[in-house]
Amino acid sequence: MASTAASIRGAASRRTTFRQRIVLLVLSMTRPSLLRGIIALATFVLLWQIGSTWHTWTGFRLPWIGTVPPPTEVFAIWAGLLGKWGYWQSWYLSFTRVFSGFIAAMLVGIPLGLGMAVNRLFYDMTFPPFEILRPIPPLAWVPASLIFWPTQELSIAFVTFLGAFFAIVINVLGGAKSIDVRYLRAAQSMGAKRWHLFWRVVLPGTLPSIFVGAAVGMGITWEVVVAAEMISTGGRGGGGGLGFFIWNSYLGGSLPQIVVGMISIGVAGYMSSSLIRRLGYWLMPWRRLF
Amino acid sequence: MQATGVKPLIAQPQSRFSAQGSRQTTGALSIRNVSKAYDPIGINVLAVNNCSMEIAPGEVCMIVGPSGCGKTTLLNAIAGFHSISEGEIWLDGELLCGPDKPKAEPGADRVVVFQNGALFPWKTLIENVAYGPVVQGRLSRGDALEKAYEMMVGAGLGDLIDKYPGEVSSGMARRAEIVRALINDPKVLLLDEPYRSMDELTKSVMHEALLEMYDRTKVTIFFITHDLEEAIFLGSRVYVMTTRPCSLKKVVDVNLPRPRDYRILSSEQFRLLVKETEDAVHEEAQKAFEAGERELA
Repeated sequence: MASTAASIRGAASRRTTFRQRIVLLVLSMTRPSLLRGIIALATFVLLWQIGSTWHTWTGFRLPWIGTVPPPTEVFAIWAGLLGKWGYWQSWYLSFTRVFSGFIAAMLVGIPLGLGMAVNRLFYDMTFPPFEILRPIPPLAWVPASLIFWPTQELSIAFVTFLGAFFAIVINVLGGAKSIDVRYLRAAQSMGAKRWHLFWRVVLPGTLPSIFVGAAVGMGITWEVVVAAEMISTGGRGGGGGLGFFIWNSYLGGSLPQIVVGMISIGVAGYMSSSLIRRLGYWLMPWRRLF
Repeated sequence: MQATGVKPLIAQPQSRFSAQGSRQTTGALSIRNVSKAYDPIGINVLAVNNCSMEIAPGEVCMIVGPSGCGKTTLLNAIAGFHSISEGEIWLDGELLCGPDKPKAEPGADRVVVFQNGALFPWKTLIENVAYGPVVQGRLSRGDALEKAYEMMVGAGLGDLIDKYPGEVSSGMARRAEIVRALINDPKVLLLDEPYRSMDELTKSVMHEALLEMYDRTKVTIFFITHDLEEAIFLGSRVYVMTTRPCSLKKVVDVNLPRPRDYRILSSEQFRLLVKETEDAVHEEAQKAFEAGERELA
């Protein structure tokens, strides 16, 4: 009897062993979608190479793409930068800003959205100001926050926070409000009290929307951080980051280095959103079916 | 039979696990002169009008009536999801709702199984089944899972314990949902058209499964349906309701022997009972239809 109980509990918790994980990892490498992804990227780089070097073979410079440095040049510069401390410093600074703003937005936004969804009075008191502040683009906050916050670092973090905050709150609010009343009633009729309804029905029911909000918010955060870094180059302290890296390359007139900065942001953004996807996959096992 | 539920019965002990034999003494549901008026923007709509029913302990009470007649309103009042405007509802001598307390407190003694199913999609079937005892603090998580496992094996769900509701067929999901209700050892099981969207074959399997569970537990069942054959096949009594506002029109006693199986469907007695119910229901359906026509005109 004890062993059945243990096996039930083991099965119910759905743990995968280390070996199973290795097998899954290898399988995921051989999956066609990964191969297609690699081919797609290679094709993109190849077309870029042909496009930007077209004039060297035909004498005719293609518009736009003809002025972009070819990947060979960009990757050469990039390879040189990989060993430089300053380049990684830019990564570090931008990542720190993105994540501090983003995590703060999650910590404030999720409870706020849930509170607005479950309490009518709280909703009535918070939604109007929220809706008026929401359409203000985060970048419009830059001057005010530079004046308001003591350091430039805090101003940048605040603006990134705003970028993610509104997306998270609006998604959490919508998700929590659209939970089917059947689930709440079913839980009530099985004896769940208010507290349980919140933790065991509202929260898991909102989780998918929380992750939608997080994914959208993360995208906005990267947009905002780069712009904020570009604007805030002049002041004392702060500065740096991938946005500053691009701006500095522009001032220095190094076109390939601008492209390196752009691609770096693309890679950083991809890493951030795949981190959120992994987290969602791990936290919402029931969504793996779809 | 009719008079059983009227006066408070003996107070029930806390645990009714071991009381399998005395099961039929709990679950008397008494609905007395209940009315329910909805009041959207000042226009009073009477959904239930002076409805009285006495449901005996262990009775399978089948409620049939035209669409939108207020059957679900009645169920929601018993479950404690809605208030009532007049009358009283008693369960085993305990006042659920009445003039001083228009809305009953939802509780695990009256578990609901919903029309479209309400298994939590974020829990596996076994976690869904174990939910009630855990949330009530009656069993530890481990004990609840163990009991859930036993019950699911008994209901033929032993292979599916670790599946999520999205992974199983609607028939299996509904069966798990009924087990999830029964694990709470309810006095009344409230079913709101649980098999509505199922095909006939699945339905007949589900019916037999429900009857089997009923024969084991003898829990009082309050079952809303549109399907007359279902009503007579499963029910001890069929309550035919009038069109809106809902009140009791006719009670048909189903004196078919138990345990029942599908062969009873072709018996003469079964056909006669269907005929008897059909006449009453048809009359109300006609009225409902005509009322609908008038509203549209």
